[in-house]
Amino acid sequence: MRVLVAMSGGVDSSVAAALLVEEGHEVVGATLKLWGGPSDSGCCSVADVEDARRVADQLGIVHHVFNLTEEFEQSVVEPYVASHAAGRTPNPCVECNRHIKFDRLLTRAVRLGHDVLATGHHARVRRGTGTPRLLRGVDADKDQSYVLSMLSVAQLERVVLPVGEMTKAEVRSHARRLGLRTAGKPDSQDVCFIHGAEGRAGFLGRRLALHDAAVVDRRTGATAGTLPAMELVTVGQRRGIGRGDDGGRRYVVDVDVPARRVVVGGEGDVRSGWVELDPATVTWVDGPRLDGEEVVVQLSAHGAPVPGRLVQRADRVAVALGSPQRLVAPGQTVALYDASAPEVVVGSAIALRRSPAGAAITPEERPGEAEVSPGDLVR
Amino acid sequence: MTYLDHAATSPLRPAVAEAMAPFGSAVFGNASGSHQVARRARRALDDARERVAQVVGADPGEVVFTSGGTESDNLAVFGTLAALAESGSPCRAIVCSAVEHAAVLASCQAVATSSARLRGIEPVEVRSAPVDAGGALDVGALEELLTDDVALVSVMLANNEVGTIQPLPAVAALVARRAPRAVLHTDAVQAAAYLDLAAAARDAQLVSLSAHKLGGPKGVGALIVRDPARVGPILHGGGHERDRRSGTSNVGGAVGLAVALEEIAAVRDEEGSRVAALRDRLAGGIISAVPGAVLSVDLHRCLPGHAHFRFGGVEREELLVLLDERGVCASGGAACSSGALEPSHVLAAMGVPPDEARGAIRFSLGHTTTESDVDAAVEAVRSAVAELRA
Repeated sequence: MRVLVAMSGGVDSSVAAALLVEEGHEVVGATLKLWGGPSDSGCCSVADVEDARRVADQLGIVHHVFNLTEEFEQSVVEPYVASHAAGRTPNPCVECNRHIKFDRLLTRAVRLGHDVLATGHHARVRRGTGTPRLLRGVDADKDQSYVLSMLSVAQLERVVLPVGEMTKAEVRSHARRLGLRTAGKPDSQDVCFIHGAEGRAGFLGRRLALHDAAVVDRRTGATAGTLPAMELVTVGQRRGIGRGDDGGRRYVVDVDVPARRVVVGGEGDVRSGWVELDPATVTWVDGPRLDGEEVVVQLSAHGAPVPGRLVQRADRVAVALGSPQRLVAPGQTVALYDASAPEVVVGSAIALRRSPAGAAITPEERPGEAEVSPGDLVR
Repeated sequence: MTYLDHAATSPLRPAVAEAMAPFGSAVFGNASGSHQVARRARRALDDARERVAQVVGADPGEVVFTSGGTESDNLAVFGTLAALAESGSPCRAIVCSAVEHAAVLASCQAVATSSARLRGIEPVEVRSAPVDAGGALDVGALEELLTDDVALVSVMLANNEVGTIQPLPAVAALVARRAPRAVLHTDAVQAAAYLDLAAAARDAQLVSLSAHKLGGPKGVGALIVRDPARVGPILHGGGHERDRRSGTSNVGGAVGLAVALEEIAAVRDEEGSRVAALRDRLAGGIISAVPGAVLSVDLHRCLPGHAHFRFGGVEREELLVLLDERGVCASGGAACSSGALEPSHVLAAMGVPPDEARGAIRFSLGHTTTESDVDAAVEAVRSAVAELRA
């Protein structure tokens, strides 16, 4: 098999490349330059490219550097900024996988005569007799199926994820055994295009106008001060909000950019048994799941699996959760898994803002109210 | 393997390798010393300086050896402004073409900012002279930019990326008339293998040279300084090179540069015709084999070794990979320190739309190129482009 392996310069993709070489495949490495600005982590720095290149040298494979900065700016960075400007909390790694790695790079791999694209993600592609399926990685703590949940069968047919079968510890010990220079390299944590010293606030502050917002109590409607930079505020956030009149913790339950208003509530207000999804963003691995079907959902990159039931009406899609969960910030990806085989990804979508008309909180959003009657879906 | 990237670097000429061999072992002296070992090195350095001077029609004292083209360009820009600061001249602007090498452009940008004061240089205004669609300087536009307060004008002899030869005599005449106090610098790094350096050194007061583009060694070059009073040092130390470039002399490198320049001077017209004929064969072959292949610059306007193509609907990064797999080494333009290709400021200045620039490839031929190289390259380009368009 001719394999193009995306090498970020980290240990996972280094070992992915090594495993493919050991299996006797014809392997070529490629590192993406995605970001022209300052950055100290992720897939973009010269030091990371050097790590990838030296690992490729050690493995005896050809290594290329591809410059996809323009595509990354258009498909990942600009939408990231626009999403924050609208008061949402985007997940740029998901969009990078969607548009860059498993679209642009996968297309390029095929055009260059490769049979498959490999990455160092911790997830598994199961190829049985039928169509391929995306499964969670073996290492539950490092599982990255969430950020790959938008992949379709057509993509999975051309994707291999060699380290998904290993724990992170096994990956590192394999790298050490081979003497790869990336064996002890720390995991990348943050958004790769945001420099640690500058932070999200500094980055977004250069790219968009940040506004003060009135902090409004969701139960009383009273204004309880102001917050700076509401575009950086995330639904579910507690930091910077202070406590309520009763001394209890306060959480953000809604960010309303046009109204310059951040709605806050107590413990009970920040949990819900209902997740509204953006129908335009729903993807299915292999054909749609239907209204009423049981699923398991993961609501954030490192969130626990939660059982739920799909609710689909004319122009709306939602998940009724088996138990109330912390509110999902609009813009976040919701990964959907098979209820009967909860390792298996079935689809993905991006969460919508709970109450598009404003700060009004409807009954179905209250804690514990997992069961929703069809009437609640009418705005 | 078919090497068509001579504009990036050209393989060492056998005569150069032979001349340099003693400096890898027997002749190891520091040319600044006073004993017999040092004297031997000193003599080789002095000989090399005279031979370089001979080729460019300058006095030996006008040859400043450097570490290469980038240092020569930096010395031209910073050194001129440093000398200016010493002299108290009222000149406050510099002019360069929009298609200069990054070593010139970045140096000009650096002296336009307040950080220049760290080097004792008052920040100057930088004016960029536009080029036409073929990459040639717009002389009329340059005339507008030339005023009495211009201290330095930098126009390359030929462009490294697309190969366009610049009208240096016309530039020199304009500078003399419109900006008589200005120093004219020309980066001849790419052109030196084919164009008349003595003529360039008559037109310009500063000429940048690099050995490795000529089949000489890497890490050595020269700045020809016609008026030594007008360039100050940027590397400070022991006062080598008549206090214009401190640092222990790279004697073997200087010898390599001298031999490469002499060898080229002896065969310039002959080799230029031979390479141009091969280049024309390559360009003709590609145009007839690849639908939609477009030359960025008319061949008669560029260096004999250059053929810069744009292939519509093809990504240069992908084409280079497939050419590499077929044994053909070409270039997609400037790369950053990670090795990734960067968008070309040269093509942008020529008004090439960004999506067209994405399919741009430079083939550059040189002293080792043969007819079978050219024919192999045409076939590789044909099949690679066909594969990418399939």
